Amino acid sequence: MKLKSIKNRVMALLIAALPIFLVSSCVNNQQAKTYEDTVDIPVSREMIAELTSPPNVPTPVGKRTAKKLIINMEILEEEGEMTDGVKYVYWTFGGSVPGSFIRTRVGDEIEFTLANHPDNKLPHNIDLHAVTGPGGGAESSFVAPGHEKTFSFKTLNPGLYVYHCATAPVGMHIANGMYGLILVEPKGGLPRVDKEYYIMQGDFYTKGKNGDRGLQPFDMQKAVDENADYVVFNGSVGALTGDNAITAKVGETVRLFVGNGGPNLVSSFHVIGEIFDKVHVEGGDLTNENVQTTLIPAGGAAIVEFRVDVPGTFILVDHSIFRAFNKGALGMLKVEGEENKKVYSGEMREGIYNPEGPGIQTLPTTDEIVEAEIPAKSLEEQLEFGKQKYMQTCFACHQAEGQGIPNAFPPLAKSDYLNANVDRAIGTVLHGLTGEITVNGEKYNSVMTRQMLSSEEIANVLTYVYNSWGNSKKVVTKDMVEKVKKSK
Amino acid sequence: MKTQAFRLLFALFVFQTMLYAQSEGMVFIEGSRYLPLYGRDSTVVEVKDFEIDIYPVTNTEYLDFVVKYPKWQKSQVVSLFADESYLTNWKNDLELKTSEKNDSPVTYVSWFAAKAYCKCQGKRLPTVDEWEYVAMADEKTKDARIKSTYNQQILDWYEAPRTNTSVVGKTQKNYWGVYDLHGLVWEWTLDFNSILISGESRKDVDKDSNLFCGSAAINATDLMNYAAFMRYAIRGSLKAKYSMKNLGFRCVKDIEIQP
Repeated sequence: MKLKSIKNRVMALLIAALPIFLVSSCVNNQQAKTYEDTVDIPVSREMIAELTSPPNVPTPVGKRTAKKLIINMEILEEEGEMTDGVKYVYWTFGGSVPGSFIRTRVGDEIEFTLANHPDNKLPHNIDLHAVTGPGGGAESSFVAPGHEKTFSFKTLNPGLYVYHCATAPVGMHIANGMYGLILVEPKGGLPRVDKEYYIMQGDFYTKGKNGDRGLQPFDMQKAVDENADYVVFNGSVGALTGDNAITAKVGETVRLFVGNGGPNLVSSFHVIGEIFDKVHVEGGDLTNENVQTTLIPAGGAAIVEFRVDVPGTFILVDHSIFRAFNKGALGMLKVEGEENKKVYSGEMREGIYNPEGPGIQTLPTTDEIVEAEIPAKSLEEQLEFGKQKYMQTCFACHQAEGQGIPNAFPPLAKSDYLNANVDRAIGTVLHGLTGEITVNGEKYNSVMTRQMLSSEEIANVLTYVYNSWGNSKKVVTKDMVEKVKKSK
Repeated sequence: MKTQAFRLLFALFVFQTMLYAQSEGMVFIEGSRYLPLYGRDSTVVEVKDFEIDIYPVTNTEYLDFVVKYPKWQKSQVVSLFADESYLTNWKNDLELKTSEKNDSPVTYVSWFAAKAYCKCQGKRLPTVDEWEYVAMADEKTKDARIKSTYNQQILDWYEAPRTNTSVVGKTQKNYWGVYDLHGLVWEWTLDFNSILISGESRKDVDKDSNLFCGSAAINATDLMNYAAFMRYAIRGSLKAKYSMKNLGFRCVKDIEIQP
């Protein structure tokens, strides 16, 4: 059976090849042919490649023939924000981390020009895993600041590939954000879907601890020890949350091009509340179906596809879960549309389950809560620092506008409970709160753990809360927090 | 022990001044043998005594040079010896752009131009070994490469873009009395391309070249001196006609023993 089909294919090829010789002068011969070897795919005309910054991807190749594709990419070293209040100097391909998404089809001949901005300090290059050749282009693209290098290659194998800088010290260049994805689509393109997005994980190593304010330099020792301070999607902690969340509508099929730049950690990519209908394992031809979590190696990628059936916010995580909730590897997919109670009912009933009597849930504690290095000097600074801390600590439950989540987490905006008693509010942050409370006429019965914040930080965050969203504009000082702490 | 060394040094200095006249704007560097970054096992290199410019060459100094040697003026320079960005921060042949400062190090100069400049002063460009030898000192010690603070200061500069607008002499003076080796601009060296970095940093691991610039720099003599890797990388990326925004130079002079 197999032999026969190969024979048939050879025959078909021969037959297909014959007329080429006969009508090769015929310019508009667009008839689709198959080539045993992708090297032989001819290219027609030049085209300038569309490059996009994450989370967007360029237009699919569709039915287009192989072309000579011109890619111009610029390297920029620039300061960016890792998370609220934390700055980092990123080295980037095209001004974003990850770098610009490149979309090609098999057989394209790519003329790649890498330009190193004159303001940059360092030489760079690019190693594209989609290149067949020594160094993946690294040697030919090694370029000093203020110069550019051009080389060309042909895309022989379809798949989703990582590219990255490979200049010494290689690990450092990657750790500073020099990676991205290049997609080589098969002939005819990938099947059409409704939404496509570009997501790439990376680990970062800073001199200061996670959350330490100010410009944080790269820490080589931590990188060697593989002890990451931040593990993030798309270069920073908030790159895919809140207003930056990716979106879809109920019934749509979503395709995510997910890469992992490393430099060190592998990713256990998972979307909370979804099952991947299809995964192109490691970005190659092999597809797996019905996958919960897919492993993406450092310097590797995967294409995942799923249909969204119910509305809501779906959280993208590295399921090495401390990275998600403590180091930043968290993104959001917001799905709008009609509920489907058959697929997911939502909460149906609730009750109290108390086998061992009511107990306050506490986190393991150390009493050494380090004071923030830089105390706020003015109300403006207090509000600024408070907001940063709010976004790091409170945002997940109480939400961006303090609106809370109905039936689960009480609102802070125009909250009668909050405004009635400052000391109680301070105590709540200090010691946590369990049990039924009534806020703005609604009953809540939930658990808030005690927060590991310094007195200074509590003063800042509460001042921010009191001065936002129609609250009483109270100013909470460190002394007030200390007083409540002592009165316990 | 220490005082003895000090006395020896003192005697040496007195002795030296008798042998030669110290050049203006330069300091004496006492040569020695040391292990550079790319040394394999015990490949020690020897640096002879020499003098080095205290500061990198400034715009003002370079202006004097092009006035005297018009063939190095922006409009006159032979394109073989300098690419299009040569003195791109100058308004014309003899004037800086208003945004530039006279006391800033001259940048956007090619290796050919730097070499010619030094030659015309009766000097030459430092070799990589000489440059690295002087540059491994911090304020207090000749060889500070093992100090983490030394590496960190250098790296902070390498990592921060756009810092070349400062003037010379603002960084800490090092052990030898030399300024600005780190923290202002990169500097040309005479044999900048003698260490073969192919551009494919990982391949160099098994190449029979001096620098084993593996991804983790396993074979380098000093694992943590990765700042130096970046210097070797930038040198490897250069061609002699390149001129760059962050690249200047300074000159050295051999010690002429007077009869």
